[in-house]
Amino acid sequence: MVGEETSDEERAELRDTLGLMDPIHVQFSRFIVNASKGEFGISYQLRRPVSELIVERLPATIELVVISALIALITGTLLGVYTGINRKGFLSDFVLAISLLGVSLPTFVIGILFIYLFAVILGILPSFGRGEVVDLGFWTTGFLTVSGLKAIILPSVTLSLFQMTYIIRLVRAEMMEILQTDYIKFARARGISENSIKYKHALKNGLIPVITIAGINIGTLIAFSIITETVFQWPGMGFLFIQAVQFVDIPIMSAYLVFIAFVFVMINFIVDILYYFIDPRIRVKGDTASG
Amino acid sequence: MTFLKINNLSVDYEMRKETVYAAKNVNIEVNKGEILGLVGESGSGKSTVGNAIINLIDDPGKVSSGSVFLGDLNIHENSESIIKYRGNKIGLIFQDPQTSLNPILTVGEQLIETIQTHLKSSKEEAKNKSIKLLQEVGIKDAEKRFNNYPHQFSGGMRQRVVISLALCCEPELLIADEPTTALDVSIQSQILELIKKLTKERNLAVILITHDMGVIAETTDRVAVMKSGNLVEIGETKKILTNPKENYTKSLVSSVPPTNKKISRFIIVEKEDKNKKENNIKILNRWEKKEIINQDLVQIKNLNKSFDDNFFTENSKNSVMAVNDVSFNIKEGESFGLVGESGSGKSTIAKMIVSLFKPTSGDIFFDKVCITKIKQRSELMKFRKQIQMIFQDPYSSLNGRLKVKDIIAEPITLHNPSITNIDLNNYIYDLLESVELTQKSADRYPHEFSGGQRQRISIARALATQPRLLVCDEPTSALDVSIQAQILNLLKDLQEQLNLTILFISHDLPVVRQMCDRIGVLKDGKLCEISETEDLFLKPTHEYTRELLRLMPKIESIYN
Repeated sequence: MVGEETSDEERAELRDTLGLMDPIHVQFSRFIVNASKGEFGISYQLRRPVSELIVERLPATIELVVISALIALITGTLLGVYTGINRKGFLSDFVLAISLLGVSLPTFVIGILFIYLFAVILGILPSFGRGEVVDLGFWTTGFLTVSGLKAIILPSVTLSLFQMTYIIRLVRAEMMEILQTDYIKFARARGISENSIKYKHALKNGLIPVITIAGINIGTLIAFSIITETVFQWPGMGFLFIQAVQFVDIPIMSAYLVFIAFVFVMINFIVDILYYFIDPRIRVKGDTASG
Repeated sequence: MTFLKINNLSVDYEMRKETVYAAKNVNIEVNKGEILGLVGESGSGKSTVGNAIINLIDDPGKVSSGSVFLGDLNIHENSESIIKYRGNKIGLIFQDPQTSLNPILTVGEQLIETIQTHLKSSKEEAKNKSIKLLQEVGIKDAEKRFNNYPHQFSGGMRQRVVISLALCCEPELLIADEPTTALDVSIQSQILELIKKLTKERNLAVILITHDMGVIAETTDRVAVMKSGNLVEIGETKKILTNPKENYTKSLVSSVPPTNKKISRFIIVEKEDKNKKENNIKILNRWEKKEIINQDLVQIKNLNKSFDDNFFTENSKNSVMAVNDVSFNIKEGESFGLVGESGSGKSTIAKMIVSLFKPTSGDIFFDKVCITKIKQRSELMKFRKQIQMIFQDPYSSLNGRLKVKDIIAEPITLHNPSITNIDLNNYIYDLLESVELTQKSADRYPHEFSGGQRQRISIARALATQPRLLVCDEPTSALDVSIQAQILNLLKDLQEQLNLTILFISHDLPVVRQMCDRIGVLKDGKLCEISETEDLFLKPTHEYTRELLRLMPKIESIYN
């Protein structure tokens, strides 16, 4: 915040206004009080209120995370069910082999490979940025322009790959386990059709743990988005955070971390409530095993 | 009139190294209105035959030859055709009602789906039919319970739902695979009555697969005995049980604990080796044998244990009294039996005696010392050494990553850290021989042993600290009847030679009768009565005991 030219008095004055001379516990309690009001101070680097910066960058990250979560969940579940049911077969082996790549290759390598392939060689998708965005007043969205939609493809696919492979393997393991259970066998013995057994009886049960994992993973997606946003120069919060790290911009970093923690807690809270609707064993308490 | 006809049915499991023949050329006929019992020990192929009838064999198994006729219908013509007979012509009931219903679909949804799969009926018709069925199998308030999920039913009610599902498309053949094994004796008799009633009313042909000779004696008209995939004997139940022709059937019948008298040892027809008995003495050299004086070794006074649902609100209305004001004594050298149905608190008492649970209130005295008041770990260790426990499930109570010798060595070195390696090894070998295992078993892992052998390892481990009190929590309920007879014989021999005191917990009344000197009957955490074994069986005083005795399946009922 200060240049070479700043005099010692001015430096001391600035320290004083920023409250850096107070003892640590005073500084910390002030931070807590302000944070609970949603005030995280002023960015050292950009000299603007942090909360304003976060709100500005939030839509980009949320759009990216939502799209990649959807890609990961939908593709992951479909492929997981397929590989769980057709355990032997070329396509299943192929999917599983590729999924190993998804787990083992770091996000930034995949991102760079994608940029090289689709942006440099084929030239069909943009290599960085969000494209044109439309400002709705409270939200800026890239979904309403062609360039915005094109721009989100590469980053969201890159970000979703890791989670997708995770979900494929989880759903596959669940499906395989559930297809062995007694109630599936009993359903077969009653002559229920194979399709109903697989997609109604087995899949519904198999999705219960997937929801838990998905909840945690959406949090992880936001955290992982730091790397993806950096690779694709995506103007989201992760990118903001990386820049903040380089400038030791502590207000931004602390605000970002508090925000991520808040998101994690909220998502898991929502997942717990979802459980109530999905799993009847949790729903009815008190009158279990009557009669 | 023969309804089901199984001709030369064989089931093979093709493994990488060998082919396992789960059933070999089995011929069975069942008439309408008749219950055929299919009996045998685990691995005998009885369930395989049941599943093979509707071609529901898990990979890599397959029906390799034979035919199955329902009336004039060859239902095994091709593997696809059988699917349309499942549920429609043939109903199947599985063993465990806890796992055979889909947990996230309501009972009604499962019934309607099954009905609509086979019968052309509207949802409304299917619903009415389902409710009628639920009433027929004895579910009260069927209209309301129709919308309930499986977990809202108790075990017995769930099995009723399973039966209604198996019967909802009016099959003519019902295959019941161990339908009451997972249930308490009072529920068991209700379910068996229900099956008998339905057989008569609907003129069903029923195959009842079970390992329980008492159930066979009381329920079936004819019985087929199976052993390692072969049909040993088939005929009228009375003839087979009273006058078996084959050796195997004889040994099977003699291994069943009689309900009407106490015998000193079980007669084991096959592979009993008389020379082995002397081996038992080997550990005696090391054993500080306690002389039996006529005094109480264990005294339990006003024992209570409650489990709170909620951590924060103690003594709330949610708390369950698992054990409620229980007092009894066990004399030194005595076998004391605790019987009761599931949830009666018998295992909870056992766990409190071995200090795995802390009682909510009340005292446990061991050798006149109150062990519930001991605070110091080292003090408690002295008692832990003298009280050992044998658990129900021999598969999960041994650490699969340790060799047998390490499993047995652990308690020895814990209580006697200075023991030398040679001494330790010799001691382990002696212990293994006392439970009739070879020295070679010391270097093997638990998974290489059968259930009965594993339970022997558990016994050896329990004996390693030279305990005075052995707590046996359902030690044989996971085992086959012939293995059960061997283990019970072993326990009896050990007790006799080592002057052990045994607390024997079981739900199986005939077993308790053979094993125990005195018996306490538990119900819902309360002790109903304590009396000498023979008095309890001959003139029970408590209403509940009488009820239990009446409902117990008796193999002897065949003589009447």
